[in-house]
Amino acid sequence: MDRDMILRGKAHVFGDDVNTDYIISGKYKFKTLDMDELACHCMEDIDPDFYARVQPGDFIVAGGNFGCGSSREQAPLVIKHAGVSAVLARSFARIFFRNAINKGLPAVECDTAGIEAGDELEVDLGAGRVRNLTRGSEAEITPLPAVMMDILAEGGLTAYLRKHGGFEL
Amino acid sequence: MGKTITEKILAWHAGRDEVRPGELLGARVDLALANDITAPLAIEAFRAMGAERVFDPSRVALVPDHFAPARDIPAAENCALIRDFARQQGLEHYYEVGRVGIEHVLLPEEGLVLPGELIVGADSHTCTYGALGAFSTGMGSTDLAMAMALGEVWLRVPESMRLRYEGELKPWIGGKDLILHTIGSIGVDGARYRAMEFCGPAIDALSMEGRFTMANMAVEAGAKNGIFAVDAKTRAWLEKRARRDYRAFESDPDAVYEEEITFDVGALEPQVAFPHLPSNVRPISQAGEVKIDQVVIGSCTNGWLEDMETAAGILEGREVHPHVRTIIFPGTPRIKLEMIRRGWMETFIRAGAVVSTPTCGPCLGGHMGVIAAGERAVSTTNRNFVGRMGHKEGEVYLAGPAVAAASAVTGRLTDPREVMGG
Repeated sequence: MDRDMILRGKAHVFGDDVNTDYIISGKYKFKTLDMDELACHCMEDIDPDFYARVQPGDFIVAGGNFGCGSSREQAPLVIKHAGVSAVLARSFARIFFRNAINKGLPAVECDTAGIEAGDELEVDLGAGRVRNLTRGSEAEITPLPAVMMDILAEGGLTAYLRKHGGFEL
Repeated sequence: MGKTITEKILAWHAGRDEVRPGELLGARVDLALANDITAPLAIEAFRAMGAERVFDPSRVALVPDHFAPARDIPAAENCALIRDFARQQGLEHYYEVGRVGIEHVLLPEEGLVLPGELIVGADSHTCTYGALGAFSTGMGSTDLAMAMALGEVWLRVPESMRLRYEGELKPWIGGKDLILHTIGSIGVDGARYRAMEFCGPAIDALSMEGRFTMANMAVEAGAKNGIFAVDAKTRAWLEKRARRDYRAFESDPDAVYEEEITFDVGALEPQVAFPHLPSNVRPISQAGEVKIDQVVIGSCTNGWLEDMETAAGILEGREVHPHVRTIIFPGTPRIKLEMIRRGWMETFIRAGAVVSTPTCGPCLGGHMGVIAAGERAVSTTNRNFVGRMGHKEGEVYLAGPAVAAASAVTGRLTDPREVMGG
């Protein structure tokens, strides 16, 4: 991913404490390693039409503690495979946050209050800014540590380590 | 400026004199762990990174405990993949069915996780080993692949919070009640990104098993790790188990905490987390009439010998309610053997409970006791999210082994004092 890339899409809004079992229910997540097959169940227990509605490039927008629960990487992976370009939340559960970056899914910490379902957003990771084009408002992104930005820029930790052989802080 | 146990362990593993909360550092790993759900992805990532050999075959543990004995063909294939990798890499700590236990009970029992160590695991409940004064935390499979390849991870030094427990616990109250009460007070993100340091007279008096239960659920408050100071109980517990020398750290008197909370737990009742969050906690006296269909006793949270003793003490000479299925999951084969020696297997079977081989089983809706729509389970496990134990219209009530066993007898959420008197 280009670090200066600007992401645009619509907001799909969720509340606080969206856990990993909501993101992908346990009954599916061990059945297959095929993420495209799993992706159609993304968020289904909390928002049954999510997969049908989501368009490539859209955003998941949430409150606090997004991704709490399990350490399994299927959670960020199914979100990514559902076409979501980034998750915006007031705060993230720490394991999900690491996993998202490690899998090349931007996890964007910012003030998400005031963003409503269907709002058109523009996320500028390089400039550290989220613009709500529908409402004309702006929010600042909590900057990522350099190592996480580098991992994200490489598309994930696997590609990053393949290239660098180790990590640089 | 004083330092906390967590900061001292991280500094030591980063080769530094001291570290500050919020800073990122590269740290040496003493043990890297994965299970049959997370190891396949970790192995795939390990190879994709271009790695060929693990950093040290004596410091990687693979524990097929979630769906082993294999529940279906995909599980069998995952287990086969791990087995092949373990053999190819010459891993010393791979556990086959028959010797395998639930990872977070097994590794402490095996003496593979020790005070002062840094342990990372591709399982969110890796934080359990903080009971022994280790820094241990859960990560994803790709981070674990990095740990297996490099023997190093990068970490953000967490802010610490100190949780102090005053008072003497009443009968039937254990580590599970303390941690549920804590999460009920601070919420599922009350310790987000932080180290939870547990201390106080009630902690000093708590068994090692109770401390493991508390550390296990630190992640349910969002914590990076939970940690306890090493004391005489820790040393006694390690005496016959530790495979290596270890180094015990303690927090300085002037260590800096982001938050300090004191709980007076002298009058604490048994605690229950209602659906669908571990923070939705009520004392048992406010539980109301909740009829149940299933009881699960065991798991990485409460699969210890002490938990089995508590359950056996309540079920001895009693019968499980005819409408209730009671399933018991001891943490390891050694614990199960000890249950046989002490006569508890007979107690459980006569009571109408079933005792499983050690596995994560129904805790995550995997197998061996998944629940149907509309069913309710009282469980000594650690999560009660929607759909966690099976159908999304099922409900899970989290409690300690005493409440679970008493509820098995009556068929509804029950205070152990009602069944046992006192």
